[in-house]
Amino acid sequence: MSTRDGTIDARFTGRLGGFALDAAFRAPAYGVTALFGPSGCGKTTLLRCVAGLERMAGRLAVAGDIWQDDARGRFLRTHERPIGYVFQEASLFPHLSVRRNLEFGQARTAPADRRVRFAEVAELLGIVDLLDRRPAGLSGGQRQRVAIARALLTSPRLLLMDEPLASLDQISRDEILPFLERLHDELAMPVLYVSHSAEEVARLADHLVLLDAGRVRASGPIAELRARLDLARGTGSDADAIVDCRVAGHDDAFHLSYLDFPGGRVSVPRHDLPVGRAVRLRVLARDVSVTLAPQTGTSILNIFPAVVEELAEESAAQLLVRLGVGGTPLLARITRKSAALLDLAPGRAVYAQVKAVALLA
Amino acid sequence: MIGSDDIWSPVRLTLELATVTTVVLLLVGTPIAWWLARSRARWKEAVAAVVALPLVLPPTVLGFYLLLALGPNGPGGWIAGFYGARSLAFTFAGLVIGSVLYSLPFVVQPIRNAFEAFGERPLEVAATLRASPRDAFWSVAVPLARPGFVTGAVLGFAHTVGEFGVVLMIGGNIPGETRVLSVAIYDYVETLQWTQAHILSAAMLAFSFAVILGTFQLERRLRRTGS
Repeated sequence: MSTRDGTIDARFTGRLGGFALDAAFRAPAYGVTALFGPSGCGKTTLLRCVAGLERMAGRLAVAGDIWQDDARGRFLRTHERPIGYVFQEASLFPHLSVRRNLEFGQARTAPADRRVRFAEVAELLGIVDLLDRRPAGLSGGQRQRVAIARALLTSPRLLLMDEPLASLDQISRDEILPFLERLHDELAMPVLYVSHSAEEVARLADHLVLLDAGRVRASGPIAELRARLDLARGTGSDADAIVDCRVAGHDDAFHLSYLDFPGGRVSVPRHDLPVGRAVRLRVLARDVSVTLAPQTGTSILNIFPAVVEELAEESAAQLLVRLGVGGTPLLARITRKSAALLDLAPGRAVYAQVKAVALLA
Repeated sequence: MIGSDDIWSPVRLTLELATVTTVVLLLVGTPIAWWLARSRARWKEAVAAVVALPLVLPPTVLGFYLLLALGPNGPGGWIAGFYGARSLAFTFAGLVIGSVLYSLPFVVQPIRNAFEAFGERPLEVAATLRASPRDAFWSVAVPLARPGFVTGAVLGFAHTVGEFGVVLMIGGNIPGETRVLSVAIYDYVETLQWTQAHILSAAMLAFSFAVILGTFQLERRLRRTGS
């Protein structure tokens, strides 16, 4: 037995139909780890291997407990693993009421292991009024919330979510995302979250496992990975940086909120958030430009002194530039011509002009 | 001359046979249907074909082989030897065996279809909610397949009530033991007792209509509340 090391340690190789998976990753057994990649890259298969729904050769240890180890002939079947699983479609039992659906897993969890309380979860996911309804009468968003609550009520040691928002329309998505964020904040439960949406991942994930064609391309903390140019290249207009900030204050006269990060202060349209609250910003590379001197007479408020760290050619015309802003990485997409005119090279001091940011939480 | 009391003896016997047969069919047919719905074995369709054989086989052919199997020189005679009888042919027990084989496809097919209809997902969900495979079978698969069970049971029962060829081959016409409805009607017609034939035939007609109508309505209700 290995020690309780607080990590998820997975390695799987095998074939499923015509698809080959050869993936290994190590992620912290806390916070949200996103398995991220294009459709068909194997992220769902990998998640099913972790759940024991698919069996491939390999090894899996979660916080020191061995769930699969072919060398020792150990394989816990799905119902023996302390997991919760949220499928892409809610998959509620149609023959049971919402309440009985929720109780299904809870009743099968040993009383000593029940850490999650029914009333709390029903409250957290806003389904108290639905308990006596049948699944057939619920909206897509309501069903998925019940499915999440049902998985939580088994008090899992690891929550697995397979694109829980993918089958929903935008309205239902916007309805569920805040619940997922509250989950993250209020229940200290490690989550493996499969997604192909860069925005969802930016909102929810702490740790990222990038998958491509059945292999792990990279794995690490999200801010670090997002700013790596070799990975950002080729993501097209999605290239972005994640900036973790704290709410510093509000400006009532101009209706703005001020958010501080190690590289400076960001102004955004006012949000009703308490001072001191941690928030996350997504800054797209296409919204960042570079100047040699601080601009005056510009409408852009968010200008930060920065240092060029790395340049990577993206196409014949365009470059991605990684800037260090007081230790926080930002990406800028500029033309090669601009780079030549400004004589940009690693180590050069510049100013980053940020045209727009998206507040994620 | 057959009295009015005797005319209902085949009815009682037929209902008894159909009830016992249906119970046995559900006990035997459910595991077969489950295996046919879930197994990935290559030869499972061969098994499915064997189960479905009575659909195309003339009842007399099935009855002929059953007669050999149940008779004194077959396995049936060997079993009968345990309680001092010579043969299972021309007995109530033999009729039950014959009816079960003859009606098996009518029970297995709807239950298999129902098991296949809901796919793998509900069972996977049950497993992620800590239900063992056995637990998931009873708490998820069986309730979800309920319409299939109802259809299978009704068809099995009704088909047993209506069978003739197999009974004639292996059961004969022993009052109170193997003289079921269809045989009795045939016998009445042969001996020109038209009144009795009329009564039983009309009763059969009404019964069959009621069974089919009732099944349709029950199925519709189950589907409405089930999903």
